[in-house]
Amino acid sequence: MGESLEQTRAVNASKPSGVARVIARRGFLAGVAAWIGLVVARTWLPPTDAKAGEPITVPDDPTRVPGDPPTPYGKRSTFERAQRVASGQKSLTPHQDLHGIVTPSALHFERHHNGVPRIDPARHRLVIHGLVDRPMIFTMEDLKRFPSVSRLAFIECSGNSGKEWAGPRGKTAQDTHGLLSTSEWTGVPLATVLAEVGVKREATWMLTEGSDAAALTRSVPLPEALEDALLCYAQNGEALRPEQGYPLRLLLPGWEGNICVKWLRRLKLGDAPFMTREETSKYTDLMPDGTARQFTLVMEAKSLITHPSGGHRIQPGFVEIRGLAWSGRGRVTRVEVSTDGGRSWARASLEGPVLPKCCTRFRFPWRWKGQETVLQSRCTDETGYVQPTLQSLVTVRGVHSYYHNNAIQSWKVSSGGEVTNVHV
Amino acid sequence: MSMCSTTPVLRLALGVAILLAILFHGFETGRSETPSTTYGFGRTATEGEIKAWDIAIAPDGAGLPPGHGTVQKGRQIFLKKCAACHGPTGREGPMNRLMDGQGTLKTSKPLKTVGSYWPYATTLFDYIHRAMPFTAPQSLSPDEVYSLVAWILYQNKIIPEDAVMDAKTLPRVRMPNKNGFVPDPRPDVPAR
Repeated sequence: MGESLEQTRAVNASKPSGVARVIARRGFLAGVAAWIGLVVARTWLPPTDAKAGEPITVPDDPTRVPGDPPTPYGKRSTFERAQRVASGQKSLTPHQDLHGIVTPSALHFERHHNGVPRIDPARHRLVIHGLVDRPMIFTMEDLKRFPSVSRLAFIECSGNSGKEWAGPRGKTAQDTHGLLSTSEWTGVPLATVLAEVGVKREATWMLTEGSDAAALTRSVPLPEALEDALLCYAQNGEALRPEQGYPLRLLLPGWEGNICVKWLRRLKLGDAPFMTREETSKYTDLMPDGTARQFTLVMEAKSLITHPSGGHRIQPGFVEIRGLAWSGRGRVTRVEVSTDGGRSWARASLEGPVLPKCCTRFRFPWRWKGQETVLQSRCTDETGYVQPTLQSLVTVRGVHSYYHNNAIQSWKVSSGGEVTNVHV
Repeated sequence: MSMCSTTPVLRLALGVAILLAILFHGFETGRSETPSTTYGFGRTATEGEIKAWDIAIAPDGAGLPPGHGTVQKGRQIFLKKCAACHGPTGREGPMNRLMDGQGTLKTSKPLKTVGSYWPYATTLFDYIHRAMPFTAPQSLSPDEVYSLVAWILYQNKIIPEDAVMDAKTLPRVRMPNKNGFVPDPRPDVPAR
């Protein structure tokens, strides 16, 4: 009844009497003045955001007051709280709070080795030298003039899930898998720019160097990199975020994040790997026999149930199991879900587009009856490779390799509906 | 239908279709064939410009600058500029431990340090020069870097106390774990 009374009032208000019309007009003019004032204030005064954790003031009925004016650069609702968890030299993507396959740029994971540099794009240069016919320097303007390519691709740090070798350490999907994100990347193919400098026949490796305080370097094997590598200047339609390498980064789709060097300033062609610190003492996988695997660049097929996942609490009844699957070797062809700790598996539906070296969203309808159980997902890629269990990875690699953990993730559901990270 | 029963016209059409499919697949996935044309963007880099940026040191020593360093000097520089993060002897942390660990890599408690894990001594020069100290990267002189390298290698019992490190001696230093690295054998885990 209250609702219909409100509706009646609304109807009456739209048919004002003579006096009311004058008042209404004055009100309208006052409203316009206030609105203009608001716009002017927003234009001329520094923005006054609601403090973090403090809910924004909202009208009882947003249909009764004019809304906010347009803004030059949008921001999310202040009710939304999904955020990266930052510590040391990294921050993690909150997969448990996200939807679809594209990671919002502001939530793309970060990993840097001595902070995010501040770079003026007008002064940034890319130099290409070494075993080339014509050593050259490119400005950002130069690079943007070349034919461009946009593609969706995941970037995963090879240290993603690294702590999970030793046991179920992370509480949430963000803790366990937060060093993975997906963006649409735009740039010029590396092959196009290398053709401009003319790569000598004997060049087989390429040193890539960042313009950060670590001057981070990695050696890239050339024939493979020429296939689909991009020199990127844009992410999700706008310029790269500073923490993603602004103004220029390398993207080697499907390869470990560290080799997709950010703040890219230099490419040096050579005939052997340069054996940088990152590709010798770090990002190598120590095996039980004491040897270490080097240049383990491809990120193998992996999947993750993002909902429900660690920290969530579910209710009996229908629960849509949602997750992400990806492979550095190409397309995901199948995702299976187990709702009984791996005893039985059923195919999840893959949501298109299913793109190579990109996250694919999968969905699986489930009815939870309140029983304690364990949820898992397992993916297969177009090479036929099947995501392994942690046990089978440990059998081959031991527990000291740290990097490249693509094991099946298990989420335990308690009888009360709480979801936690377990190893089964 | 087998290929033998197709007419030449059909075969030609099929050939063209396959060619187009390959061509368009290439465009669609953003894979670029090596372009035959150049665009004329960018400019030639001068030797001076390249030299200013080319700080990479290769395992054969290419790129090592003139200068030299000793264990004694390295000890002093380490205490002054490195000990705050790596500990007074490079073992105490809080940041990466640099010394010891030889023979531990195949045990249940592997200790990965410069001495036990790093395959090339040249990498040490490259990394210290480009990225250390953490708060002032690229601030050390070549002599300082050679000295730090000498001190760290001596502490790991890889060179004698009176060794002098320079562009000639450093690439000749053989690291204990030189042959400890193997190529990527993946996929390495059988399915199911």
